[in-house]
Amino acid sequence: MSDANASPAYLRTEMLPSAAPPRRQEGLLGWLRENLFSGWLNSLLTVLSLVIIWSLIRHFWPWFAHSVWRANSLAECRQIITQTWGEGATGACFAVIRVRWHQYIFGFYPRAEYWRPILTLGLLFIALAPVLFSVNANIRRWVLAGGGLLCMVLLAVTASPDWTVVLVWALFAAALLLAEYAPMRLLMVTALYPVLAVWLLWGGSPWYPFMLLMGFAVGYGVSALVPRGVSALTGIAVTVLWWIFLAAPAASLATLILPLHLPVVQSSVFGGFLLSVVIGVSAIVLSLPLGILLALARQSNMFIIYSLAVVFIEFIRGVPLITLLFVALVLLKYFLPPQTHFDLILRVIIMVTLFAAAYMAEVIRGGLAALPKGQYEAADSLGLNYWQAQRLIILPQALKISIPGIVGTFIGVFKDTTLVGLINLYDPLKGISDVVRSEFTWKGIYWEPFIFTGAIFFVICFSMSRYSMYLERRLSREHR
Amino acid sequence: MSSLTQTSTETLTETPRLGTETAIQIRKMNKWYGNFHVLRDIDLNVAAGERIVIAGPSGSGKSTLIRCINRLEEHQSGQIIVEGIELTNDIKDIDKVRSEVGMVFQHFNLFPHLTVLENCTLAPIWVRKMPKARAEEIAMRFLEKVRIPEQAHKYPGQLSGGQQQRVAIARSLCMEPRIMLFDEPTSALDPEMIKEVLDTMIELAETGMTMLVVTHEMGFAQAVADRVIFMDQGQIVEQNTPTEFFNNPQSERTKLFLSQILGH
Repeated sequence: MSDANASPAYLRTEMLPSAAPPRRQEGLLGWLRENLFSGWLNSLLTVLSLVIIWSLIRHFWPWFAHSVWRANSLAECRQIITQTWGEGATGACFAVIRVRWHQYIFGFYPRAEYWRPILTLGLLFIALAPVLFSVNANIRRWVLAGGGLLCMVLLAVTASPDWTVVLVWALFAAALLLAEYAPMRLLMVTALYPVLAVWLLWGGSPWYPFMLLMGFAVGYGVSALVPRGVSALTGIAVTVLWWIFLAAPAASLATLILPLHLPVVQSSVFGGFLLSVVIGVSAIVLSLPLGILLALARQSNMFIIYSLAVVFIEFIRGVPLITLLFVALVLLKYFLPPQTHFDLILRVIIMVTLFAAAYMAEVIRGGLAALPKGQYEAADSLGLNYWQAQRLIILPQALKISIPGIVGTFIGVFKDTTLVGLINLYDPLKGISDVVRSEFTWKGIYWEPFIFTGAIFFVICFSMSRYSMYLERRLSREHR
Repeated sequence: MSSLTQTSTETLTETPRLGTETAIQIRKMNKWYGNFHVLRDIDLNVAAGERIVIAGPSGSGKSTLIRCINRLEEHQSGQIIVEGIELTNDIKDIDKVRSEVGMVFQHFNLFPHLTVLENCTLAPIWVRKMPKARAEEIAMRFLEKVRIPEQAHKYPGQLSGGQQQRVAIARSLCMEPRIMLFDEPTSALDPEMIKEVLDTMIELAETGMTMLVVTHEMGFAQAVADRVIFMDQGQIVEQNTPTEFFNNPQSERTKLFLSQILGH
């Protein structure tokens, strides 16, 4: 070696083969040393953490261990706990969940009609599966199967009529078959889902919402017929004209031909997770496109559009959601002609959507700003027009960058739906719990309902978070 | 010799190589960034089939000049006429010019979320409204010409810099442009990859494509250019045939520049 270094001339005669890396310490002991006891400070922190975790468990465990599931009142619960575990023992009274769980899920929805929200939930799985899992057939299969199973369990515990069980079986069998052989066909369910959901949940005739949806199809069809320059404007105009003048008569005509009727359910009886999911899913689905448009408007060179977007976003973000909900409850009526019926849940959905869209716009703007300028220039230099460049080049990349932020906003919006409890709707956290507690038998019960609703919220939000990680992994693998 | 475009090379050798047609006409063009006068009184005529190399120190406005030609930058006074279309605020005209003028960037600017093939077929499908199968056929032909057909289904991130730049050239050629602009196409490449890109550009030049190349590769200029333009402080200082330009530079500024880039 020293000889080689002594003179400046050196010639390698053969190249070194690649060698295996040095082995790390293997096994459990090696892992422990590396991760928990790598130095005295680290060891100290590990021990301290273990002590804290242990004391927490010691404190709370008896409360869970003593929990009572079969009782008819809080007093009875306490009596059972004292009898079994002695004077002064504490314990959870989950009996309240056992007795009143259906109110936490369905609110005051008529019991005989429980199958309708359950079916709506099942269809939600079928509608979302081809959109969320367009690539991975295996996960799609499991999601569909899981959704079907969940519906079956819900139908069983709500003692729904047998024919609904058969219906759900048939539906999911068909969905699984379609997912296997023609997954794109499932998108038909996705397109029709808004109509089906509104019809199933609120009842009445499906034709009016269907004709509203048809407005888009009619507008699109007409826009394809007229010359390119005016096609977008014509499409929008035709859609709006259809809604104003033709949707209602067309719906009456369709009702005459095929009267599909379900018993009407008023918005006032909606509550619990049914209400949260209806508001949450609608706001999430609507706020994404609105947020994208707002983000693009905020990047626009056109002064008016830019200013409108900035004012809207900053106004909405500067106001607490609860203010917007009060506007939905009280103020909106003043701006509408008297006697107009404007459903409260619809008003709340609009407000929550606007709120979410403002945050969404800022998240997506971050993604747009993160793209190198060269991407815009390359798209321009190839002759793509603005919308083509946005749709094909810019948004796919910007949205991919923004996935964590977008899903974070979704999760926030879903949890914020509990705020509707403050405008006299029965949200699962406060509204329903107040109702339950107002009855003498369950007066003074707090923790158990919170834990129950919290657990359901956690499952839903955690699923969204895992989905975002799956999507990020998938896209980063594909795009590199 | 392989040809990059469909124009057959035989006809080119028989007729005089430069057409009488004018591809680009720039008259008294000025541009400012804020108060900074980037381009001053630019006058330039480019004949169809002409190959021009633009050289000059950094900040001299050479990139800005070619970026004005497909209106990635807007000029504030004077005229730019490309293939008979004057560049104004009319978006339709701009899109028409852009679909006739291809551009290759220093940092490639490939679309990372699309495969190499999708990068090449995107504009023909959406701008030229070409059926997908036909666009793919053309794309594969150009990918073969730049010698990377086997990478067609990979993503840009999986390719080396030189390969990415060749894909970028193929992507522009798929639009079958009449003019190609190159904005320092080899400046971001490792030395080992510069040659493969220059070879591709030389082959393209041999097909009679109108080319404007901003580059520091003086060897390329000597081999291919019909005319070398030297710019400094936003002005065209000197232009001449490569032989004259390198052997007999006129202005002091050009002499200094040449001594600095050729002197080591």
